[in-house]
Amino acid sequence: MGVNAGAAASTPQPPKRSATGAKVVTITSGKGGVGKTTTTANIGVALARINQRVVLIDADIGLRNLDIVMGLENRIVYDLVDVIEGRCKLRQAMIKHKQLPELYLIPAAQTRDKSAVSPADMIKIADQLRPEVDFIIIDCPAGIERGFRNAVAPADEVLIVTNPEISAVRDADRIIGLLEAENKGPAHLVLNRVKPEMIRKGEMLSPEDVTDILAIKLIGIVPEDETVVSASNSGTPLAFLDNSRAGTAYRNIARRLMGEQVPFMQLDDNTGFRKRIARLFGSGQNS
Amino acid sequence: MLGRGPKSGTGSKAKERLQFILVHDRINLPPEQLEAMKQEILQVISKYVSVDAKNVDIALQNRERSPAIVAEIPFTKPVEGPDPD
Repeated sequence: MGVNAGAAASTPQPPKRSATGAKVVTITSGKGGVGKTTTTANIGVALARINQRVVLIDADIGLRNLDIVMGLENRIVYDLVDVIEGRCKLRQAMIKHKQLPELYLIPAAQTRDKSAVSPADMIKIADQLRPEVDFIIIDCPAGIERGFRNAVAPADEVLIVTNPEISAVRDADRIIGLLEAENKGPAHLVLNRVKPEMIRKGEMLSPEDVTDILAIKLIGIVPEDETVVSASNSGTPLAFLDNSRAGTAYRNIARRLMGEQVPFMQLDDNTGFRKRIARLFGSGQNS
Repeated sequence: MLGRGPKSGTGSKAKERLQFILVHDRINLPPEQLEAMKQEILQVISKYVSVDAKNVDIALQNRERSPAIVAEIPFTKPVEGPDPD
């Protein structure tokens, strides 16, 4: 990693292993359906593939989804609310991934009672896990009510997922405001479902448009990739596949979370634009 | 990588609309309060000068993440001994 003259200090700090314990990263968005759960699953897999000890937490109480994307839905015995209400120990609710034994999932409860979890509960669980693992990734529900506050409470770092689409960006802006109010800023942006051809034709907001409007730094650009659907169907996140563009983008995000300088991936053949996009990323990632 | 598309595309339309929407979202005032604020600003200015009401423009502008209220209030000098309304 080189020296970055004049760079804004906005690349996430590399996690300190064992001394201060795990880094807690919450994945949020405001708007539903933009790719939070997919992002959580893929970042988790990508980190585990580079030997990080990772726990994923599905904080979407009542609408459990992370288990499906991870292919772990038939191994749920206990869930987050069971832990909070003392029906089991934390370890018992942690489902270990078969291919990546350092990757665990704590599934959401399917209860309709959203008051079952409080911000203090989430902080307590995160604190219990901190000495044991390297990363705790929390999948935040859509919206801005209690579920959002719960998921964000223990966060050291927040990633906002959005799409280059007007409603999604509006909601992302609202989230940025709420995070600032809770002293959880500055967040980083994951721009998901990008279609380079549409951007070239001027029919889609570009990464520059989105970062101009939101005034936050990018941590990743993920191209629209229909293999995301196949991946969900089979319960194998794309980050397992070395030939998937979206998978590569997620692996790059994982590496940036580790503090590594990763050039953004080439989404089209026009190398002339690389430098402009590089400036949108924290700490002047160079092409 | 992807640059900026042609200005005529719907992408730039989306960007313009967002800039307008967000400046209003960020100020976090409901429209009635915003309107009341504008009226009160005019009332205060009117105590000192005679405001050319037809050509007043009070608008929200977008600056990075901080919105600003930008007012253009043409006026004429008051006659001697003005009666503030």
